[in-house]
Amino acid sequence: MENINLIIPEITLFLGICLALMVGVFFKNSFSIVMKLSIIILLGVIYLILTNWGGEQKIFLDSFKNDKFSDYFKILILVSSIFIFISADQFIKDKKLNKFEYPIIIMFSILGMFFMLSANDLILFYLGLELQSLALYVLASIDRDNIISSEAGIKYFVLSALSSGLLLYGCSLLYGFTGSTNFDEIGVSLITQNTGAIFAMVFILVGLAFKVSAVPFHMWTPDVYQGAPTSITNFFAVVPKAVGLAIIIRFMDLPFKNIIGEWQTIIIFISIASMILGSVAAIGQKNIKRLLAYSSISHMGYALAGVATGTVSGYTSTIIYITIYIIMNMGTFACLYLMKTDGKYSEKIEDLSGLSKERPMLAFSFLILFFSLAGIPPLGGFFAKFFVFMSVIESEMYALAIIGLLTTVISAFYYLKVIKIIYFDDNKVKFDDVRNLSIKATIFLSCLFLSLYFISPSIIGSLLNELFI
Amino acid sequence: MTFPILSTIIFLPLLGALFIFISNKKNESSSAIYISIFTSMANLLLTFFLWYSFDKSFAGFQFIEEKNWISGLIKFKLGIDGISILFIVLTAFITPICIISCIISVKKRLNEFLIAILILETFMIGVFCSLDLIIFYLFFEAGLIPMFLIIGIWGGPRKIYSAYKFFLFTLLGSVLMLAAIIFIYWAVGTTDYTEIYKLKIAREYQYLLWLGFFSSFAVKTPMWPVHTWLPDAHVEAPTAGSVILAAILLKMAGYGFLRFSLGMFPIASEFFTPLVFALSIIAIIYTSLVALMQDDMKKLIAYSSVAHMGFVTLGIFTFNKQGIEGSMFQMISHGIISAALFLCVGVLYDRTGSRMIKSFGGVVNYLPNFSLIFIIFVLGALGLPGTTGFIGEFLVLLGAFKINYLVAILASTGVVLCAAYMLWMAKRVVFGNANNAVVTKLKDINFLEATILIVLCLVSIIFGFYPEPLLNTMDISVNGIIQNHQNELTVNLLNK
Repeated sequence: MENINLIIPEITLFLGICLALMVGVFFKNSFSIVMKLSIIILLGVIYLILTNWGGEQKIFLDSFKNDKFSDYFKILILVSSIFIFISADQFIKDKKLNKFEYPIIIMFSILGMFFMLSANDLILFYLGLELQSLALYVLASIDRDNIISSEAGIKYFVLSALSSGLLLYGCSLLYGFTGSTNFDEIGVSLITQNTGAIFAMVFILVGLAFKVSAVPFHMWTPDVYQGAPTSITNFFAVVPKAVGLAIIIRFMDLPFKNIIGEWQTIIIFISIASMILGSVAAIGQKNIKRLLAYSSISHMGYALAGVATGTVSGYTSTIIYITIYIIMNMGTFACLYLMKTDGKYSEKIEDLSGLSKERPMLAFSFLILFFSLAGIPPLGGFFAKFFVFMSVIESEMYALAIIGLLTTVISAFYYLKVIKIIYFDDNKVKFDDVRNLSIKATIFLSCLFLSLYFISPSIIGSLLNELFI
Repeated sequence: MTFPILSTIIFLPLLGALFIFISNKKNESSSAIYISIFTSMANLLLTFFLWYSFDKSFAGFQFIEEKNWISGLIKFKLGIDGISILFIVLTAFITPICIISCIISVKKRLNEFLIAILILETFMIGVFCSLDLIIFYLFFEAGLIPMFLIIGIWGGPRKIYSAYKFFLFTLLGSVLMLAAIIFIYWAVGTTDYTEIYKLKIAREYQYLLWLGFFSSFAVKTPMWPVHTWLPDAHVEAPTAGSVILAAILLKMAGYGFLRFSLGMFPIASEFFTPLVFALSIIAIIYTSLVALMQDDMKKLIAYSSVAHMGFVTLGIFTFNKQGIEGSMFQMISHGIISAALFLCVGVLYDRTGSRMIKSFGGVVNYLPNFSLIFIIFVLGALGLPGTTGFIGEFLVLLGAFKINYLVAILASTGVVLCAAYMLWMAKRVVFGNANNAVVTKLKDINFLEATILIVLCLVSIIFGFYPEPLLNTMDISVNGIIQNHQNELTVNLLNK
């Protein structure tokens, strides 16, 4: 008998989704009740994961693996999803997107991510990926009466399907050349020279790079970020990115461990390209969501720089980076929910001008968040970059470190531009006074974390030290 | 456990800023004024106490505080020696003066300004106290945020351009220093300065690492080709911002050269001395000539700052006692005198809204008290004996003559040029006939302005006649630096 306890969180989540679906179908105007139910389900899953924390076990012919690494990321995506649910509540209602499908689709994508994170087998991994992607296609176009949102959905669907196809092709090549779909067995068989598997690795890496929107597979990001409703963008910016990085780490650490020489160069290139393009292309942006899209591209570049080292300390630094990145983005997007004039949500950066006179606290939050995104000490974002560069220099990849550090200066320019508009320009647009405790609490927690992180910067690192083998 | 006096001095202003932030009310700043004056004065008294209890006969670091910070990697380590104590006192001394000048002249959003200054004080004192390179970098960079806001919010017409230029120039220099610091961590195994000082950095690494640190300090000093941010930042910043910038932020770089470049990379420092000398000489002569042609008083003082900092870098890299002590003295004297000059320009600017030299003239007839003080500081800036300016320049030139006649002679021309532009400005502003009807209606300085200017004036004259307390404090630490430098060089020669 398999030890079924290991997938109890997944089972619970799935049953919970079914329950929520039933409730949604049978009750009228069921959005708020489904929303509350979803939050309770997610909290319950967090509880289940925490009670079963630790250990490393495999079930179902070693295709499903439960370890601390996957548990950590599961907790991370659950917590950020809960914050997205509660902070975007008002926004969803104002945009009239309050259909009960919204939380359910998000939960389905979370279920897919759970299987991706726990997969130890190409087939299970691909199934999880498809479940997640299908949910994300729907989410991108959820505002279906809006032409930009539909466009974003189509764009995301076409490009993502293409990349999933490449990924699947890579998986099948890998099976053909190694004779196994199990990560551990692939890893063992790649000790010997295997040129075909290197092709497979390239295809898989392309597919994964698309998911984290690393250059040159980033084209969808700005359009989808801009087109999708802000709450969905918030989800896109945070959760799939974290999972994508986790999967990249998983692939590089398990099946491709022994061909590090081959993939390292590719990741270094992707990382440098993302850092440079992300910082340069963001300069001219006028829409704050597009700006954040390019900023996320460059952030992925820094996170991938940690992966490129191929060392445990490098992977750890990437996980620290993505954790702090999530916290910064949660706060920033929560600020966007407050950019509301006459009942309409505004996305133009210039509408922020002179915000510091009207709404000093919101302006101050933007200040902390954007300086943190830019990586200026003593805020949290600096430490994220610091740990990455520590591990990059440890691995003696000096060129990567120097380019990365120089691009932080370029990217500082556009973050400063937003600060300049908020603090130095004169007031133009008056924002509505949104009284919403959950949005403000999200911003407050995020800013508090970022500004006090310097007191004990090793807090995430020491948590992660026990994560790796 | 002893009382953590350094942490208290560092974080007290932050606490004050927090109080102002909490009690912040719109259009109501009396409580903010009291809190800021109280915290900055308390900090000043604490630093005086620190100076008093400082052991002047002990060469190493004192008041060391150590705390685990990033577990297993980096410790939060503070400590001071004879060099840093003087900068801490200078910072704590300049801050209340800035706050008072803000209260006089800042009309909009005073509370935020006071918060920014207090936070900046925390970061500045942190720079001088930290004994770990990472902590040093943290404080060094963090100061950019409040200064960027000070220039950008309260600055003049081209404030945005200047704020950007200031921020990006400094950041660009500093990231290379960060790369060097991380490299040191992996090469030596620690970023604790006292440990690195003992363990030494291998010779082949020193050159590149020195350049990494140099890129940051050269921008901040500022040295000649990268000095262009300074005139812009000074001109556009509000008076208090200019004062802090000139008096303390620039000194961080001089302090960095002295502590880190000389302390950690003695061989590379020796190797790159000609470069530093060349850049310093260019800075002294070129910027003095540029200063001659300025119409804007603030810009003139800004260029004179570049020239004076040229003396500082020149003195540090002479590696002898006179040169280094002269540089230290020059930094402190420049901190006081340039701060006072900016305040004087601020006094005129508050009254007339102009900083142009040609819109004044004959000021002495209408503002006699102000003119007296202004002239004293002008004479101090050009190094008249009896002011602190003289001792600094004199010692630096003395040190330079020991090393290289050509350099010393070229640097001496800077003294003459400095006299030329300063006196010419004073002549056009203070003496002669009033060109402008506005000048005739001006009121003389009020009580608060007079107080801060007279305090600065007294400090400058007292230490000008009796420099012993300052030299005495730094003496043993400077000896330590020189001793270490010479030991390293002999070891290096023997190894060759």
